[in-house]
Amino acid sequence: MFKHLKKLTSLFAMIAVLFAFTTEAMAKKSKTLKNTQKKGFVRCGVSQGLPGFSNADASGNWTGIDVDVCRAVAAAVLGDANKVKFTPLSAKERFTALTSGEIDVLARNTTWTLSRDADIGLTFVGVNFYDGQGFMVRKSSGITSVDQFKNGISACTNIGTTTELNMRDFFNSRGISYEPVAFEKADEVVAAYDAGRCDTYTTDKSGLAAQRTKMKNPDEHIVLPETISKEPLGPVVRQGDAVWEDIVRWSLNTMIEAEEYGITSANADSMKTSDNPQIKRLVGAEGEMGAAFGLDNEWNLRIIKQVGNYGESYKRNIADTGILPDRGPNQLWTKGGILYVPPAR
Amino acid sequence: MNNKIKRILPQLLTILFVVFVFGFFTINAQVNMDNRGIDFGFGFLSQEASFDMQFTLLDYDGQDSYLWAYVVALLNTLLVSFLGIIFCTILGVVIGVARLSQNFLIKNSAAWYVEFFRNIPLLLQIFFWYYAALRALPLPENAQPWFGVTYMTIKGYYIPSMIWENLNVFMSCLIAAIVAIIFIRIYARKIQEKEGKQLPVLYISLALITILPLLSFLVGGVTLDFEMPVLKQLAQTSFIFEGGIALPPELIALVLALSLYTSTFVAECVRAGIQGISKGQKEAAASVGLTPNQILKLVIMPQALRIIIPPTTNQYLNLTKNSSLAAAIAYPDLVLVFAGTALMQTGKAIEIVGITMLTYLSISLAIAALMNWYNKRIEIKEK
Repeated sequence: MFKHLKKLTSLFAMIAVLFAFTTEAMAKKSKTLKNTQKKGFVRCGVSQGLPGFSNADASGNWTGIDVDVCRAVAAAVLGDANKVKFTPLSAKERFTALTSGEIDVLARNTTWTLSRDADIGLTFVGVNFYDGQGFMVRKSSGITSVDQFKNGISACTNIGTTTELNMRDFFNSRGISYEPVAFEKADEVVAAYDAGRCDTYTTDKSGLAAQRTKMKNPDEHIVLPETISKEPLGPVVRQGDAVWEDIVRWSLNTMIEAEEYGITSANADSMKTSDNPQIKRLVGAEGEMGAAFGLDNEWNLRIIKQVGNYGESYKRNIADTGILPDRGPNQLWTKGGILYVPPAR
Repeated sequence: MNNKIKRILPQLLTILFVVFVFGFFTINAQVNMDNRGIDFGFGFLSQEASFDMQFTLLDYDGQDSYLWAYVVALLNTLLVSFLGIIFCTILGVVIGVARLSQNFLIKNSAAWYVEFFRNIPLLLQIFFWYYAALRALPLPENAQPWFGVTYMTIKGYYIPSMIWENLNVFMSCLIAAIVAIIFIRIYARKIQEKEGKQLPVLYISLALITILPLLSFLVGGVTLDFEMPVLKQLAQTSFIFEGGIALPPELIALVLALSLYTSTFVAECVRAGIQGISKGQKEAAASVGLTPNQILKLVIMPQALRIIIPPTTNQYLNLTKNSSLAAAIAYPDLVLVFAGTALMQTGKAIEIVGITMLTYLSISLAIAALMNWYNKRIEIKEK
């Protein structure tokens, strides 16, 4: 009897130890990269529909600048920008989906904050859109500035976002009492605001501009000029896989730097013979830029050819769709914006 | 020896299996959380919540702790469940009895009601009452008063609030009246058992519960004022009512949807209970000279309740758990606030989901215990 019990316990212990070791080893090498290549697609978490950032059309094709980050990663590691499996996530679900391993990249207009970066097992790899929180009101209300907000104003927003916290800071610092009405899904927020439940709708300004296009009558609404917070939005990966983290970071950086050097999806191939070594490195014609990630040398060329540089992505998704034609801070540092990435060398 | 092993081994294996499964999941979670640098712990409960809530029963501010946010959100869940259970019971009993009516119209409309509301998914009903009904309501500036002093608008239902002076005196009188009524009922039962005389208990009770509190106004120095909701302009086309009590439309839509949906199931329980009593009981009661009212009260209902209570308990539990759908329409219940916002802000998924699960389990067990106790009380005591 005891013998059996002993055997069972030792078996149990062995399984536990084995398990601990395998997960330990997982952390050292890029298990995520290996898994992704084995599966043949990048698992990417996106929003449930935010025009310009991540939005699916009627036939299920995803577009947006967040979507393009995932496509860039797919082009780099799999050679095909279309090999992405998109998982639409609510604000509430997004981090759990990432930490639990359901997705490998989260590109879902997510604000980079200290507590998110430090506390919950995530790593932010960069910023693909500099945003700030703003307010939308009905034109007919005559409100043209947040200074005209009065006690008792009701504000619709999403739960589980930095918006909820910023809103409180904003109203408290001004001593205005307000009624927060927080929904789980963005569509529900828009529907409630549109129905007249709330006096104002608050979220990131890019989000306001994008959601405005979904309203019954977009011309009846305006976005107030004030910005009440910094919202650097960027892609996120799980903590513990440094190589994967680098791949996603440099996929994004490649897109931005390509724009800086004037490399586009159209001219990328011809740039291979450029005189500028910086450009040659960006199209895989010089140096060993992929080896450190376990990738071939043309990973960055594929990104530029298949997805395009950041400027192309912005124009295609945000400017041409009429959401935010003016690039504002999301312009290259050489052109008056704050987009500045470390050099790829 | 052999027999002993036969007896113990299956149990031992079961225990081992349970331990193994739990152990596996615990170790798995532990290892993965370690790898990602996530700490496990409940320390976050004392941290500042720093988000606001739309509707609370107790005072709550963003400066309060997550623990307090949990308590306040839990109360919101309990409020919805409580209101839902009350309304669904009243409605359910009425509809259930109506289904047994001899009147063709009443019988069939009750049947239609049950079939209609029972067969539409609850989430859809909640969305309907919130979005469809909400859009149909007027903006505050166009609202016509209901009953002269209340206003139903898209931003909520505004009712006058009561401003009491010496509320404790009034409450003491009310409690005194209730205690007196209990004693009178006990006394009346004794008289009836001893002398066969019936006291008009109902009238005495009604008189007591109105006269005693009224007295507190006349001699106890109690005063009651009403604060009326007043329209206030926020901007050119944006208005709101100030003063009084505002019931948010989210609460109203949720209670409405939950009670309409659950009442259909309660109605079926009630119908089954009454139909479960054989006709002979009614006829026998009539033959000893009881009036129809007495038959229902003394013969049918005590027996029918035994059949009605257990399945109805299940419906109450369902309603309570279904109240978590509140998250869909922004009613700040436990799931939206605690398992939603708080989870997001702290990232403590395992802890928060664990607490939430335990909370719903406790609420359900408490309701079940209460209903079991009631069921025991009304059971036929075999002599």
